Order: sequence, then C-alpha cells, then structure tokens
Amino acid sequence: MEYQGKSVFSGIAIGPLCLYQKADSMVKRYKIEDADAEVKRFEDAQATAKDQLQSLYDKALKEVGEANAAIFEVHQMMLDDGDYLESIINIIRTQLVNAEYAVATTGDNFAQMFAAMDDEYMQARSADIKDISNRVVQVLQGAAAGGINSDVPVILLADDLAPSETVQLDKSLVLSFVTRGGSTNSHTAILARTMSIPALIGVDFPEDLDGKTGIVDGYKGILIIDPSAEQIEEYQKKKDEDEEKKRLLLELKGKENVTLDGRKVNLYANIGGVGDVASVLQNDAGGIGLFRSEFLYLGADDYPTEDAQFQAYKTVAETMAGKKVIIRTLDIGADKQVDYFHLEKEENPAMGYRAIRICLTRPDIFKTQLRAIYRASYYGTISIMFPMIISVDEVVKCKEIVNEVKKELDEQGLPYGEVELGIMIETPAAVLMSEELAKEVDFFSIGTNDLTQYTLACDRQNAAIESFNDPHHPAVLKEIQMTIENGHKGGAWVGICGELGADTSLTETFLRMGVDELSVSPSRILAVRDVVRKLDLSK
Amino acid sequence: MQSFDYTITDPQGIHARPAGIFVKEAAKFPCSVKIAKDGKEVDAKKILGVMSLGVKQGMTVTITTDGDQEAEAKEALEAFLKENL
Repeated sequence: MEYQGKSVFSGIAIGPLCLYQKADSMVKRYKIEDADAEVKRFEDAQATAKDQLQSLYDKALKEVGEANAAIFEVHQMMLDDGDYLESIINIIRTQLVNAEYAVATTGDNFAQMFAAMDDEYMQARSADIKDISNRVVQVLQGAAAGGINSDVPVILLADDLAPSETVQLDKSLVLSFVTRGGSTNSHTAILARTMSIPALIGVDFPEDLDGKTGIVDGYKGILIIDPSAEQIEEYQKKKDEDEEKKRLLLELKGKENVTLDGRKVNLYANIGGVGDVASVLQNDAGGIGLFRSEFLYLGADDYPTEDAQFQAYKTVAETMAGKKVIIRTLDIGADKQVDYFHLEKEENPAMGYRAIRICLTRPDIFKTQLRAIYRASYYGTISIMFPMIISVDEVVKCKEIVNEVKKELDEQGLPYGEVELGIMIETPAAVLMSEELAKEVDFFSIGTNDLTQYTLACDRQNAAIESFNDPHHPAVLKEIQMTIENGHKGGAWVGICGELGADTSLTETFLRMGVDELSVSPSRILAVRDVVRKLDLSK
Repeated sequence: MQSFDYTITDPQGIHARPAGIFVKEAAKFPCSVKIAKDGKEVDAKKILGVMSLGVKQGMTVTITTDGDQEAEAKEALEAFLKENL
C-alpha cells in the first residue's frame, strides 16, 4: 500500500510505524464561585508555562540551534500578550467559568483569526496559539505530555506536531516524520531538515497502523505500508548508499586538509553571490578563494552603488567570521550583457576590452568597487585579486589606485582592515612574467579555464574545437609549475581557482608542484579533502 | 503625538520573531505606540495584534507614538525598523 504526500526532506527510512500519542487535553466547562482565585490559578499556570517554555528554549538551543529555538521565545511573548490575557481573564470574570475553559476558548478564537489570514505563514501560526493554550491547559490539569510509545526507533505518524511536542520527543526514537497536515513551513518540517531525516507532509494515512512496518521514500514523497521483501531490499540498498555519502561527509567535516606525510593545503570555495555562503560553511571550506563580484553588476540596471556593494561584501566577510574571503574585482567584458556599461560589440571579446582593462581605463567604476571592498575589510579578512593581468605595469597602476582609495578613506575617517593583494594568473604573459609579478603582490591565483584557452589558442565557447581544448595539456601543467615556483621565489603564495583545482586526478600533481591553495565549488570541497588525506607525497 | 511611515524591506515581512522583537522594543517606552496598516490600527506592544496585521515585504506601516517620551520612542522604533525589517 502506497500513500503519496509531499516530501520536506529527502532520504530513506525503514522501520515500525508508530502513531504519536497526543496528550489528553479535553477541556470541560464548569462554573466557579471565586473569580479572583480562578484568575490567580490561571496566572500561576501561565507563569509555570512560561518557565517550561524557557527550558524548552534552552533545550532546543542546544539540540537544534538558535533558529529553531527562537519559536519558544516567541511563544513566551504570546503568553504575555495583553489581548490574549485580557480575553482569558474577561471570560473567567464575566462567565464565572473555570480557567481551562477560558484558556481553550481564547486559544481557539485567536487560532481562528490567524487561520483566516490570507498568508500561508501566518496561517501556520494558528498552530502556535493552540500550542501555547494547550500548554497552559495541561499545567492547569496537571496532565502529562504526549510521546512515543516504543523502545525502538520508529517512523512517527501524526496529524500534525506542535513545536513543543517535537522538541520534547526523544529524537533517538525517530527515523522519520509523516504528518497528515502541516506545511513546508511547519515546525515538523523545519525540525526534520535540522535533524536531516526524511519527512513527509500531507499524507492521508489510515488509522490502526501501529506496529506495522513502513518505508518512507523522501525522494518521491511516498509512504509504503507493509512493503514486500523485494521493496525492503531495494530500499535498504538505497539507504546504505545514502549513509555512505553521509558518513563521508561526517567523517571529513572538521578534518584538516593534510596528506599522510603531513603536507597541508588550503581548500577554499568559489562563489558567485552572497547566497552561496551557506553551502561554503556547510561543506566546511577554509575560506572563499574566489568571490566573483560580477553578480552585483549583472543583476542591476545601473552601476551598483558603493553602499550596495559594501553591504554584500560585509555580509560575506561577517558570515565567514574571520576566514579569508578573496574578492575578484570586476571581470566583465563584451560577452556579458550589461547594458549600462555601453560596451561596443567585439569580434573577439575573450581577447577584448574586459576586466582590469575596463577598470584601469574607467577608474571611477574601479574606485567605487575598491572603496566598498576596503570598507568591508574592517568586518572580516578580505583579500583582493585583479583579473586578466598581463604586465607588471598594470599591477603597479592597480596598487596606485588602491593607495588613493586608502588615502581617501583615511581622510574621511572610515576604518578598513589589512587587505592582501593578489592577481589572477590566467594569461600566458602573466605566467612568463610571474617572477617579476610575484615581487609586487601577496599571492597568485591561477585561473585555469582562461589560461587553457589563451595558451592553447582554443576558444572556450567553440564546441567544434572542444577536443583540442585540453586542460591537461602539458603546456598548461608546465605553466602552473612555473607560476608556483616563481611565485614562491618572489614570496607570494599560489593557489588554483579554475575548474582544474577540483580535478582530483590532478590533486597529487598540484601538491607535488607545491601549490598552497585550491579553490573549488563548495560541493567539491570534501571530495578533494578525501583525496588529499589519502595521498602520501613521500613515496 | 508623533508618527512616521515605514515600508518593509525584509523579504519575510513582519513574521513571528521580528514581531516579537519589535513588540519588546515598543514596550520599552511609557507612551502609547500604535502600528497601522491599510487603516487597521493595533497596539504595537501586543504581539498577536502586530502579527494579525500580516505585514509583508513592500507594505507600508504607520507608527504613532503618543505620550511620555513619544519623540524618543519614534526615533528608536524608526531606527529599529530600518535595521531589522
């Protein structure tokens, strides 16, 4: 039997099914005589409920993080809400009824108000109001909290789970969540994502499933009840594969990028926007080796302002919390559509008016970007690298403009940090001049994609010559070797930020050449780390 | 009495958590603080009321402070909204 639902977290779970036991919170209405005493009883219960929420907050903070814990802080505020309290006390005093009834009625009224809003997020909050009201009712009744009636890990089925219910669950007993209601914004969904376990919502499962075996397929969003032996075998295989991947992740996260014989290398990530930083951290990169700043220009109708750029760079620098962030200055040419730059159409934009060539001839654009980067450097560890360099003279000019910018900032009293300056090595000219260039900069970053196309005279965009455009060509590898040697001679460290950096068939070659850093897409970090940790360069 | 308009820029609007922090901020002042959207005005010191406005990104709210320290409240809340929402 299969039931279709909507997956909120992928993965496979196989195990016994178990229905969540709701805490009994049937509320009876009865008359009271002493309204003051009843209000006092309510206020005591409210205080106890708030204490409980505080400990739930502390517990959630430890187990599932600040973002998920925040809801219990909001719950405490809701429990203090003037309108909510007024309504409860008003019902007790005017109707002379018990506090449980007053709380439950008020909770229902407010929940209905939220359920009626035309906003999915706010509709989901009606569950929060019910949840805090149930909590107070439970305190008033001295009732026990619900839970999982099992000693072994189960697939937990429920109509929906309130945040306080999910946080009180013994997480070691939950393989997967399956709910009838809920939304992708519901707490169950958020919790499942935090715990990284498969979860389905909107599954119309039947009653009396307790004890039966089930499979949750979080990829397709289905719940299978009483699966066949073949199905179990098939899913067990998928699950094992998943776990192998997860294990690799867990095993390698937080580990050093060091070979068996002790050679270390920095593994950084390439990103193209502020939104990529989450995956940089998730994949445990040591820094950002290439922050392409083009997104600020490409997504705009006009030149991005200094402040807009400053905010983007600052956000990344702060989020990376002191880890290195290497920002590549504007790398735009006639092949990219940015109308407001008014670039002439060119026959061969790859060899045309682009990148540093634009920056050096239009210093106003360049200076705005450099000011934004320098201002952001105060909030983290930022480095700058210049693209498309072919001569020492260009680097000297870049540095002159940098010094002007620094002087301006000093005069304005704007703070900035220590900023390393480096260049991309992506033209054969830069490789040939690398010994001289190294004396001018702190680091080199080899852009293998362009270096390959310029060295081999092969247009990257031309599919007809793809077989000639071989990044493993010995000429390219020789250039990399030469760049690393000359860089070190002149006191610059050397990294690789092109596609080749993530090519694990070359990791050993690069390490033997003495490369200091590899910058790859976030999803490749751990795969490269895995290879590095198995290498022995002494052999 | 003092008042100002503010247009929400946060993509999530005034959802539960920011509503909570905003209410806390408003409650620091002795004067009355109201928040209004599309003619519906609620007490800015009460979280459920603020949430019930369902304020989303791009919507404009009017904050009105009235009473003791109304100027300080206006200034603080304006700064708070700019910083957080």
